[in-house]
Amino acid sequence: MHIVVCVKQVPDTKIIKINPKTNTLDRRSAPAILNPYDAHAVQTAVSIKEAAGGEISVLSMGPPQAVDIIKKSVEIGADRGYLITDRAFAGADTLATSYALSKALDRISKEKPIDLIICGKHAIDGDTGQVGPGIARRLDIPPVTNVIEVSDINKDTRRVKIKRKIINGYELIETEMPCLLTVEKEINDIAYSPLPNMIKAARYTPIIWAVSDLEDVDRTQLGLKGSPTIVGKMFTPPKPEGGHMLDGNADDQAKQIIDILLQNKELFSVN
Amino acid sequence: MLDNRGVWVYVEQNEGVIEGVSLELLGAGRKLADKLEVPLAGILLGDNVRELAEEIIFYGADEVYVVESPVLKQYRTESYMKGVILLAEKYKPEIFLYGATPNGKDVASAVATDLSTGLTADTTMLDVEVEKRLLEASRPAFGGNIMATILCKKHRPQMATVRPKVMKALERDTARTGRVIEESLEIREEDMRTKVLEIVKDVTKKSLADAHIIVCGGKGMGDERNFGLIHELAGLLGAGVGGTRDVVEAGWLSHDHQIGQTGETVTPKIYFAIGISGAIQHLVGMKNSEIIIAINKDPNAPIFGVSTYGIVGDALEVLPILIKQFKEAFHEKGGEVTHA
Ligand SMILES: Cc1cc2nc3c(=O)[nH]c(=O)nc-3n(C[C@H](O)[C@H](O)[C@H](O)COP(=O)(O)OP(=O)(O)OC[C@H]3O[C@@H](n4cnc5c(N)ncnc54)[C@H](O)[C@@H]3O)c2cc1C
Ligand SMILES: Cc1cc2nc3c(=O)[nH]c(=O)nc-3n(C[C@H](O)[C@H](O)[C@H](O)COP(=O)(O)OP(=O)(O)OC[C@H]3O[C@@H](n4cnc5c(N)ncnc54)[C@H](O)[C@@H]3O)c2cc1C
Repeated sequence: MHIVVCVKQVPDTKIIKINPKTNTLDRRSAPAILNPYDAHAVQTAVSIKEAAGGEISVLSMGPPQAVDIIKKSVEIGADRGYLITDRAFAGADTLATSYALSKALDRISKEKPIDLIICGKHAIDGDTGQVGPGIARRLDIPPVTNVIEVSDINKDTRRVKIKRKIINGYELIETEMPCLLTVEKEINDIAYSPLPNMIKAARYTPIIWAVSDLEDVDRTQLGLKGSPTIVGKMFTPPKPEGGHMLDGNADDQAKQIIDILLQNKELFSVN
Repeated sequence: MLDNRGVWVYVEQNEGVIEGVSLELLGAGRKLADKLEVPLAGILLGDNVRELAEEIIFYGADEVYVVESPVLKQYRTESYMKGVILLAEKYKPEIFLYGATPNGKDVASAVATDLSTGLTADTTMLDVEVEKRLLEASRPAFGGNIMATILCKKHRPQMATVRPKVMKALERDTARTGRVIEESLEIREEDMRTKVLEIVKDVTKKSLADAHIIVCGGKGMGDERNFGLIHELAGLLGAGVGGTRDVVEAGWLSHDHQIGQTGETVTPKIYFAIGISGAIQHLVGMKNSEIIIAINKDPNAPIFGVSTYGIVGDALEVLPILIKQFKEAFHEKGGEVTHA
C-alpha cells in the first residue's frame, strides 16, 4: 500500500488577530499550522498502514516555509514528504490547486504507484472542500468525501469499505482502489507522536520540486492565470439594526424573556 | 463560450424527497433569471423521479431537465457527475447553483473540474451584474467580519454552492406551468466503481436544523461546568443545544452541535445566543431565526445587531434566574412541558 496524504499549511485562525481598522485578518499575527483536518488525514493513513502495511507520503503545495507542516506530518507518522513550491503556483483557486497537485501526484506515482489518496474535508482558511474531489476527477479515480470510518481494506480484491457522513446519518460505500478520501475530524484522535518519529521529523528534509520538475504541465492552468475565480471585492456587511433591549435588573430581564416564551408556548410541546 | 444562457439549479433529491435547500435555490435562482431575462431550469437526476418535475415548476422553474436511470437510484459521484455534465455540455447554462450539502458540494466540485470552470463555495449572498451577466457570489472571508465577492469572468457556467437556509423559497404555486426535457444516460451498473451498500439514518439524533427552539452558548459561559446552564435551559424548553466553534474547540460540545459557517445553519422560531460575540462565521448560521434573544455582558457585541431582544448582562447571573422563573411560571399555570 502506498498512501499519499495532501496537506496544506494554513494560518491558525484560533490565534489570529483581526485588524480593527480594516476588519481583516492580520496574517502576520497568525502562526502557520498543519490544517487540522489534514492532521486527521495523516493519522488515518497511519492507522491503515498499521493494519495493512505500506508507506505514507505527504504532498503539499505552498511557500518554502510549508516544509514545517511536512515535518509535522512525519512526526505523526508519514514516511516521506514532497513540497511543490514555485512562484507559478501562487494565487491558485481550487481548480488550479487540484491541477498542480495532480501533476505532482503523477510524478509520485511514477516513482511508486499510489493506492490511496487522503485529503482533509476542508482547509480552515479557504474552506471550500473542493480540492480533494477536484484531484480525484483529474486522476479519474473515485472520490469519497466526508469519510468518518475506513472499515475494511482488502488488498487482494483492491476494494475498500468506507462510512461517509450524509445529511442525517451515514452511508456505507464500497469502492475500488486507487481512490481518494476526504476525512472528517471525527474519524480519529491524533495519537501522541512516538519519540523516534519526533527525532526523525526534526532531521527530515522534504523532497522539493518546482514546476520544471513536473511533467506535461500546461503553465496556463497554474496559479492566478489558471484560476477562473477571482476575489472581486471585500466588504463589511451592513450593520444590522438590532432589536429591542430588555431593561431592568436580572430579575426583570428574566421575566420579560418568560413573557416572550409564554407567547410562543406552542413551541414547547411540539410532537 | 460566453454565449451560454439560462440559470440552472441542481435539484437534490434523496429517496424521492427534494432537499429544502434546492427549493430555496429555485427562489434565489428565479430572481437572477428574471434580472437576466432568461429561463430558470431545475436539474433533476434519479431513478423514477419524473413526477418531482412538477414540484420543481411549482417552486419557480420554467424548465426541468430530467435524467432517470436505475444507476442513479442512490447518489454516487461518478454517475451523478456524468448526468450533470451531459446536460451542461449540451444546453450550456450561464449560471449553475448547487446546495452546499455533502452531495451537492461533491457533485459540483467534480463537474467544475470537468467543465474547467470556477466554483464559489458556501455562498451566502447572490446577485448578478446584469450588463456583464456576472454572478456575484459572496461568502464570509476567513477572519474578521468581512465578506468576499467571488467572480468568474471568463468561464461558463459560473457555478456556486449555496448554504442551506440562507435563501428563501417561493410559495408553492400549483398554477405555474413549465416544460420538462428528458435525457438518457448511457451508463451501466457494471461500469460503476462505487457501490452504496447501506444507508443508515440516525433517527435517535434529532437534527438541530429541525428544532423549534435552540439554546446556543458561547465562550462567554466561561467553562464547561457553567455551560451546564445552557443544557439545563434547553432541557426545560425541549430545545436543541448549540455552540459556537470556540465552544466546540474547547471540547464543551461535540462538533455536530456547532452552529455557523463550518457547522449547521439553523432557522428555529426562537434562538438564544448566550455569551456569544456574534462573529460573521456564527451569524451566517443563525441570523435568519425568527426570534433571536441575546445575552452578552458587552453592550457593543455584534450579536446585538441581529437580535430581536437583547440583554446586556452576566449570563451566569441571568440564566439561573431565568431557569427558576421558568419553572415557577409553568408550575403556576399548571403547564406541562412535553419534550420534543
Ligand atoms: C477568502 C477566500 C475565498 C476563496 N473562495 C474560493 C472559492 O469560492 N472558490 C475557489 O475555487 N477558490 C477560492 N479561494 C481560493 C482557495 O482558498 C485556494 O484555492 C486554496 O489553495 C485551496 O482551497 P481551500 O483552501 O479551500 O482547500 P480545500 O478544498 O478546503 O482543502 C481540502 C483539502 O485539500 C487538500 N489541499 C488543499 N490545498 C492544498 C495544498 N495547497 N497542498 C496540499 N493539499 C491541499 C488538503 O488535504 C485539504 O484538507 C478562496 C480564497 C480566499 C482567501
Ligand atoms: C474559517 C472560519 C470558520 C469559522 N466557523 C465558525 C462556525 O461555524 N461557527 C462559529 O460559531 N464560529 C466559527 N468561526 C469562529 C468565529 O470567527 C468566532 O471566533 C467564534 O464564533 C467566537 O465564538 P464565541 O462567540 O463563543 O466566543 P467569543 O468571540 O470569545 O465571545 C464570547 C462573548 O461572550 C461575552 N461574555 C463573556 N462573559 C460573559 C458573561 N459572563 N455573560 C455574558 N456574556 C459574556 C463576551 O462579551 C463575548 O462577546 C470560524 C472562524 C473561521 C476563521
